[in-house]
Amino acid sequence: MAAKASRVAKADRRSRQLELVPVARPVAEPPAPTPVPAPGPAEDAAAGATESRRPKRRATAEEMATRQREISISEFFTKNRHLLGFDNPSKALLTTIKEAVDNSLDACEEAGILPEITIGVRDLGFEASGELTKGEGRFVVSVEDNGPGIVKAQAPKIFGKLLYGSKFHRLKQSRGQQGIGISAAAMYGQLTTGQPIRVVSRTGKGKPTHSFDIQIDTRKNSPVVTRDETLDDWHQDHGTRVDLEIVANWQSGQKFVNRYVEHTSLANPHCTVHYLRPKQARLSFPRATSELPKEALEIRPHPHGVELGALMTMAGDSKSHDVKGFLQTSFSRVSAQVAGEILKHAGLRERMRPREIAGDRDLAEKLHRGIQGTKIMAPPVNCLSPIGDALMRQGLVSFLSVIETEGPDGEDGQLDLDQAAKTKGKKGKAKPAPAPEPAEVEAEEGVEKIKGHDYFIATVTRPPRVYRGNPFQVEVGLAHGGSWPADRPVELFRFANRVPLLFQRGACGIHEAVVKTDWRNYLLSQPKGSLPVGPMALLVHIASVWVPFTSESKEAVAPYPEIIREIQLAAQECGRKLAAHIRKRQHADYQAQRRSIFELYIHEVAQAIGKIVGRSPDPIRREFMRVAEKVTEADLASQDAKLEEAAEKTARRPRRSEEDE
Amino acid sequence: MARMDAVSKRTVGKIEKLAESVIRAVKGGGNPFVEIPVRSLANVRFNEKKRVVELGNQRQKRYFFNVSMAKKFMQTFLVSDACKELIESGKTTSIRDLYYITKHSIGDTKQNTFEEQDESDPIIEDIEVALDALREELHLFASRKGTMVGPITIRDSGDTIDLRRMGSGGWGVPSIVEENVIQFGRHEAKYVLLVEKDAVWSRFNEDKFWKRQNAIIIHGGGQPPRGVRRMVQRLHRELKLPVYVLVDNDPWGFYIYSVVKQGSINLAFESMRMAVPDARFIGLSSFDKVTYKLPSNVAIKMDDGDVARARQMLAYPWFQAKQWQAEIQEMVKSGVKYELEALSRRGISFITEEYLPTKLKEKDWIA
Ligand SMILES: Nc1ncnc2c1ncn2[C@@H]1O[C@H](COP(=O)(O)OP(=O)(O)OP(=O)(O)O)[C@@H](O)[C@H]1O
Ligand SMILES: [Mg+2]
Repeated sequence: MAAKASRVAKADRRSRQLELVPVARPVAEPPAPTPVPAPGPAEDAAAGATESRRPKRRATAEEMATRQREISISEFFTKNRHLLGFDNPSKALLTTIKEAVDNSLDACEEAGILPEITIGVRDLGFEASGELTKGEGRFVVSVEDNGPGIVKAQAPKIFGKLLYGSKFHRLKQSRGQQGIGISAAAMYGQLTTGQPIRVVSRTGKGKPTHSFDIQIDTRKNSPVVTRDETLDDWHQDHGTRVDLEIVANWQSGQKFVNRYVEHTSLANPHCTVHYLRPKQARLSFPRATSELPKEALEIRPHPHGVELGALMTMAGDSKSHDVKGFLQTSFSRVSAQVAGEILKHAGLRERMRPREIAGDRDLAEKLHRGIQGTKIMAPPVNCLSPIGDALMRQGLVSFLSVIETEGPDGEDGQLDLDQAAKTKGKKGKAKPAPAPEPAEVEAEEGVEKIKGHDYFIATVTRPPRVYRGNPFQVEVGLAHGGSWPADRPVELFRFANRVPLLFQRGACGIHEAVVKTDWRNYLLSQPKGSLPVGPMALLVHIASVWVPFTSESKEAVAPYPEIIREIQLAAQECGRKLAAHIRKRQHADYQAQRRSIFELYIHEVAQAIGKIVGRSPDPIRREFMRVAEKVTEADLASQDAKLEEAAEKTARRPRRSEEDE
Repeated sequence: MARMDAVSKRTVGKIEKLAESVIRAVKGGGNPFVEIPVRSLANVRFNEKKRVVELGNQRQKRYFFNVSMAKKFMQTFLVSDACKELIESGKTTSIRDLYYITKHSIGDTKQNTFEEQDESDPIIEDIEVALDALREELHLFASRKGTMVGPITIRDSGDTIDLRRMGSGGWGVPSIVEENVIQFGRHEAKYVLLVEKDAVWSRFNEDKFWKRQNAIIIHGGGQPPRGVRRMVQRLHRELKLPVYVLVDNDPWGFYIYSVVKQGSINLAFESMRMAVPDARFIGLSSFDKVTYKLPSNVAIKMDDGDVARARQMLAYPWFQAKQWQAEIQEMVKSGVKYELEALSRRGISFITEEYLPTKLKEKDWIA
């Protein structure tokens, strides 16, 4: 429906791209669609019964026609705000921030600027009365970036018109896709507080700084600029700042925002985030790297991902003279030779006009079958920009540094900075006593010491794969140990195109894949059908030119078998690294424990024996220590053999499942 | 005291030898150990000929480099060291004292060398058997709880004591009653009566039973301590006095009798010094309730533990005599037990005036 409205407004190239929607977004349907049952005799009978009862006619077609008119997308939105994540005031708080931050990150990345973003939340009630607003109230959300800025002429449409954007008509990995995000937030603010969105933007040093108040004419879906000024001075050389006054619930919504901020910095280690909250100290997540992510390239759709209707529309929009040219120019990986093969399989003439295909369902179906029956190279994968092993590690480290400072532990086993603040207030009393450090254990590869705690970090980046013609890539990172609680389910952090997914965990393919992985192989406990239990955080990122979300609100990834499988393979690989680490640790602990027992007793024994025989205890103690080393080693060998055996068992199963790769 | 010096020297030598063997072991890169005869029922056997319980020859090695044995190994040497010091300084102390002497925290931990006396007592017994040294040779004694009275004069550490003039309290039997400490003097005693309980002993003493019967009466406050058992054995061997044992009619009472007669499982290694194989069981028999018309309301119901214990005793090699099997079986069958005090139902001095004289006269005992 969103696509239709847009198509009317856009130029032909765009409308061609628009028809890609079913191709690139086969999300709404589940991987295995349930067949619609054919109408049975029972229904026929029911229909007959209705007929015989002859209900009284109510409205005529003419009467109905008087009421039929265009619905503006803005009007639609006002009634269906839940579709875009504005269900209630606490979720709306997060969604507003998220839309602005995602845009800032997208813009910086596209412009090649290292992002520095400041997120602010002001509680207007608190500012007026000195007391934090309980429940719903008025808040001002601001997000400021150092991005490329927005040219003056574009600003009104960007912020005051839904379905206006630069990212929809292309197949490229980015956070935003639809051209709805920020204007929807602006509309939410306008609906709930009557206040326009306030924008400040500058495109470069020496360029003017523009400031606007923009309202949306919801009936016409068009912007109304209520204030237009040029500022004399602004502290950013280039960048954009938006201020939105909204009705929100900070009390119950802040935990989502906190998590979003933490996790955004985790998945975007090249970004510095400052976070200003009512009545709390400013929180900063400094960037872990000054290397920008690899630029994601735009690609054409892959023929294997296209569906019949889309194929017809694409053919209709094609400027090519013949169907062979259409195939070559509209799709990736279709050379003249491949196009020829497709047409041969389809039994179609090469010279056929694309328009004929667009107008004839049978011909289109032939072509579609021809495409499916032809071997075509997988789509180019250079369009993807994964976080990468090294940066994922750095991201985890800097993320954990902040968490260690703030303290872990939130309700329901999830991280929560505010819980942390409370803990800190109690002078860290709630923190468990740190486990005694094993003496002189050599630094192990993959182990990072963060604020005095040892974390084992492992990361795996899978090679790019394809689902329905869409390239995607899975990355998994895990951090184990430190001060995480050992008796709770692991923290699962889900990301799609570097955007944290915070809701609908149970419906998400990422969660499904992690639960389906047998973590007991990797020395974690795992209740049946649940996340594993242990002191661990697991990060799963899926990068794709089009992430198959289960719904418009972009909260959960559809469980495509190809995607589940990749996540599982990555999780297993990480798991094996983890198991090796846990074994090494157990070994070291055991050794240290034994040695310390013996060392304690050796002192006593040497003292007593020395006294009995009337000699100095020191040489006796030295002899004991010498034997201690030897005996401990020998005894550990058998212990190791046992662990090795367990490891073999661990490795066997996953290896089998990888064989059929 | 010259002999004692020789014994002491020998004991100290044994401790030193043990320590040297450990030093040798570690120097050679080995895992040092102490070899200790096993003190459990599995390693105890009944010597039919000598009629005493003896320790078998199973031994266990207590290694230092073994997580579960290291602490006991250490404790063994702490106690050994303390004993050596006691012997050399010519002092004797209680095993409770020894616990305090050897208890301290280890390094800068919260762990102690011994957490409770229950930990140090068995270590002492381990050393006794490992060194083949008696407790008194280690200059240790357990708490004294035995009392004695009777027509006999003794010398205790040089003091002459007339056990006919001990008033109501009696003479406390020391832990160490070896010849070098205690010597027997003039006596008119015809036999020794060992009663289980303090309270019953008091009845016999007050009733001047010892005077009437020319008996030495002695109690051990439950299971008699080593001093009492050694004293009874010396009276039996040196003065040729028969020994009668009077205990409650319950499994525990029977066990006390058996310990006096042939030694305990725990201290089987000392049986030869303490057992009195000829000791006679004079009461309370499982059949006395009929003979002496004890009303059923003075009986106590046996609990599950009692029954299990009684069944266990049926299998002991030293309870295989027909009479004993009958005693135990009758107890199990009736499901009740009797304390000695139950006899008071027939009169406060029934036990001293009727019961015991009748039993002795009719030779109603088990040998
Ligand atoms: N901070 C910014 N700096 C530069 N350009 C921006 C900024 N915010 C938005 N834009 C531009 O405005 C367009 C519209 O943004 P909007 O959030 O409405 O849609 P989108 O990001 O394309 O898709 P989505 O609806 O999925 O968020 C973007 O495509 C981008 O070109
Ligand atoms: Mg956006």
